[in-house]
Amino acid sequence: MTQAPPVPLHMRRDRFDPVEEMTRIREDEGVRELETGYGARAYMVTRYADVREVLADGGRFSNAGAFRPPDDTRTEAERDRDRAGNLLAYDPPEHSRLRRMLTPEFTVRRMRRLEPRIVEIVDDHLDALARSGPPADLVSGFALPIPSLVICELLGVPYADREEFQDRTGQLLDLSLELDLRRRLARENREYMSALVAQAQADPGEDMLGMLVREHGHDLTTDELIGIGELLLIAGHETTSNMLGLGTLALLRHPEQLALVRADPAATAPAIEELLRWISIVHTGVVRTTTTEVEIAGTRIGAGELVFCALPTANRDPALLADPERLDVRRGAPGHLAFGHGVHHCLGAPLARMEMRIAFPALLRRFPQLALAVPYEELSFRAYHFVYGLRALPVTW
Amino acid sequence: MTIIADRSACIGSGMCVLTAPAVFDQDDAEGLVVLLVAEPEGDDARAAAEAVQLCPAQALSSSGEQSGE
Repeated sequence: MTQAPPVPLHMRRDRFDPVEEMTRIREDEGVRELETGYGARAYMVTRYADVREVLADGGRFSNAGAFRPPDDTRTEAERDRDRAGNLLAYDPPEHSRLRRMLTPEFTVRRMRRLEPRIVEIVDDHLDALARSGPPADLVSGFALPIPSLVICELLGVPYADREEFQDRTGQLLDLSLELDLRRRLARENREYMSALVAQAQADPGEDMLGMLVREHGHDLTTDELIGIGELLLIAGHETTSNMLGLGTLALLRHPEQLALVRADPAATAPAIEELLRWISIVHTGVVRTTTTEVEIAGTRIGAGELVFCALPTANRDPALLADPERLDVRRGAPGHLAFGHGVHHCLGAPLARMEMRIAFPALLRRFPQLALAVPYEELSFRAYHFVYGLRALPVTW
Repeated sequence: MTIIADRSACIGSGMCVLTAPAVFDQDDAEGLVVLLVAEPEGDDARAAAEAVQLCPAQALSSSGEQSGE
């Protein structure tokens, strides 16, 4: 049995804040070599300018690195199969080839066309909350199901399967669980998606899996279709859901800012950008591998080394904006790195923004007395997880 | 100020469309950047300059002075 790795430094938080040690690294040496928790050491980059540079330079900082955990028993063919279709595991031009197939699906205009349906989904969930509460858990009743249903409809995944895949991916990304278990879940996840892909190949529907089969079926292998499907399903519901939960909590802790978002429709868009920056749910994104010797913040790093980018400290770097530790939903925080940077910048960012733009104000207006149903100190944050979040958010109104 | 958009570098993130909607668009077929106004002025020029800075794929650039600055 494989022991779960200890929680690595770059994933530790003090509620909404990066732990002090992380901030100190940004202020002192800027880059530190540390244990990743994946059985390897890596250099962690913490400053805004350095993170932006690393993420923008796929030539020197590759996503297609050959890193494998020491106890990885997969053959090369198995690893190639597991990687297929995962956009985050490739550099251009292989990455560009896959991303080009998906970009038309996530344009700003395409997202606007989804708006009425997202409004309907948000309203349905608010109605259900109003019928069953107060109190209610905002994570299971609002934050998780809304993006899950949206990505299910977009991708062509039966929403009836949600408990199964939500459970599975939630554990898959939980680094406190044993590696053996997470590998078994990864296999199950793959089997689940391969059945959906087989259906789409037999009878392609109007959803994204159907589109990929119809328009790119000659160019994509079945393994690639499965990989794309898995990535979009996980990224579609494990991210926005945590922003909706943590974002609501952040606003509840800053009542005057909450009041602004509730009252003024024009306040929503800048507020979302600031919440993205301040919360930075993704700790580091995908580890990069240096292709040559590089120097970051005065630290020399050899070729073939692993490099992590710490997004929470970069997004709270005074080099990005003044008074970075403060949440200020009025400022809009242009240039934040919560969606990453470079060619791997979040494909679903326009969808995530649209979902949040609809969900936050709708929630706040439906429940003018929205408040925490338990003391703040009792809330359980989801540590040890690839994406930061709340386990539950009990609220009343 | 003249804006230059490199569609071969574009990843369709839509940042420019959100930042300067009067200057940038995306085409439906590929989801890639379409330049609506090559020489924006006033507020549009300021927004376009911001979009150049924000583009995650560094697909945008500008040359010349921003008018009114």
